[in-house]
Amino acid sequence: MTTVDLIVIGAGPAGMAAATEAAGLGLSVTVLDEQTAAGGQIYRAVTGAGAQRGAVLGQDYLDGAGLALAMQASGAQHLTGAVVWNIEADAEGITVTWSQDGHAAQLRAARLILATGALERPVPIPGWTLPGVMTAGAGQILLKASGLVAERAVLAGSGPLLYLLAAQMARAGTPPLALVETQGLRDTIRALPHLARGLRGWRTLIKGLGLLAELRRAGVRRITGARDLAVEGQDRATALRFAAGGRTQRIACDTVLLHQGVVPNTQASRALRLDHDWLAAQQCFAPRLDAWGETSQPGIFVAGDGAGIAGALAAAEAGRLAACQVAHQLGRTDATARDARARAPAARLGAERALRPFLDAAYPPAAQVLAPADDTIICRCEEVTAGQVRGWAKLGCTGPNQTKAFGRVGMGPCQGRYCGLSVTALLAEAQGMDPAEVGAYRIRAPLKPVTLGEVAALDAAEAAE
Amino acid sequence: MPRIWRFSVNAALPFRDLSPAAPRVRVTLDGAPLDLPVGANLAAALLAAGVGSFRATPVSGAPRGPFCMMGACFDCLIEVGGVTRQACMMQVSAGLVLTRPKGRVTE
Repeated sequence: MTTVDLIVIGAGPAGMAAATEAAGLGLSVTVLDEQTAAGGQIYRAVTGAGAQRGAVLGQDYLDGAGLALAMQASGAQHLTGAVVWNIEADAEGITVTWSQDGHAAQLRAARLILATGALERPVPIPGWTLPGVMTAGAGQILLKASGLVAERAVLAGSGPLLYLLAAQMARAGTPPLALVETQGLRDTIRALPHLARGLRGWRTLIKGLGLLAELRRAGVRRITGARDLAVEGQDRATALRFAAGGRTQRIACDTVLLHQGVVPNTQASRALRLDHDWLAAQQCFAPRLDAWGETSQPGIFVAGDGAGIAGALAAAEAGRLAACQVAHQLGRTDATARDARARAPAARLGAERALRPFLDAAYPPAAQVLAPADDTIICRCEEVTAGQVRGWAKLGCTGPNQTKAFGRVGMGPCQGRYCGLSVTALLAEAQGMDPAEVGAYRIRAPLKPVTLGEVAALDAAEAAE
Repeated sequence: MPRIWRFSVNAALPFRDLSPAAPRVRVTLDGAPLDLPVGANLAAALLAAGVGSFRATPVSGAPRGPFCMMGACFDCLIEVGGVTRQACMMQVSAGLVLTRPKGRVTE
């Protein structure tokens, strides 16, 4: 089996910056990514965006092309369309197995950086499984990668991404029908004490205010403090219903784009049985790291939003820091050179993280999605409701893994990606426990579906070696 | 022969396409011909053509379409040449034989 110094999984900002830095320090680097081009979701299709799409998406998006071009020039090997489905660590290194165009392949490395980014937080509300309901992230991906804008769309939920997407849609000439926000004035007031320490992140704050001004100019209707969101429709979404201002309102639409912030994608770090912590401020789990991004398993690092949400700019800096430490561990730089090289990224990372506590407090996930009503589906794959999970808890179901035996929750093709946090929250609520004590699903390989043919061909290739 | 690129013509399409017109290739969806932009993301191309429901679920038979567009949710599953695939992780090429999974099989 071929061996390299470093494998990076994910070609978003963290992965691209890590690979570039590591290759620059003389390491042999292979980047594995599922998409057809570098960029991750935040910079999806950035190198192929034309002038028109660029004008709609904005300069912050276009800046991502710099990272992609730097990685291309760095000498790091970038494999596109590579779907990683197994990662094994032993005393000597790490073995990663992936499929590409229906063929499985393996590579060994001395070090691994997981840069698998974020997923949208699950948004279990009535009707969220209907065709026509997507995540706000999906709406933005359609714009970035395919140039598609939803015509009669309502954006609903909480978080700055909704402002950016609404502004981008307005620039494209198709503003959303409305922006229905679940956070309200009370959250803003609660967030204010965090603002003083967040002022190092003033640039982000100014951009946010600029987006809100842009939405006002475009005449986008904004409703804040909305509760009891539900999507109406039989075979597809036809309207969003919600309570605000003391009455029930209804907006007819074709598309509903939901968002309650993003959370770390921990599928790979969980499969590796790394230590994770519950981040109360972000209502999610994240792997436990040292200052360089190294996990509880020596030699395995996590960089970017997969380690806790801090955004694209912070992700790139975290990737650089992890690469510096990998190069040091592999004897390419001494501690002094490493520290000198890490100084600027570490300072920028600190500045990027400064505003996060304010944003986390100002845009909390809605109570409705953290504790869904009994008849709301929480597991999209197996169509399990919140009430079923509460019922199992009453019967003595002790943890997320046991819920699988009770009713297949988390056992569908998404492998718990869009129900895991909901199940943990429901069990914590029912048992009066902290989510940290309840824990999360045990994740097992394959991380993505793989055919038996691909596995068998891999064995045959090994036998031939 | 007229170019067929909208799957249903009953209403205004839910998405507007900002990208320049790309050459289209013929695929079939449940046996009906459909012309989609070559090289486009398959899930996006189907949405743009007015296809909202990609499958029925195996549990209740409820209709589903793309939700995350990033390969994580598996709601855009569709049969391509008899193999169930994530439409959002595929590109359009000529001759794709697409079948919407029927979901629950009643005995």
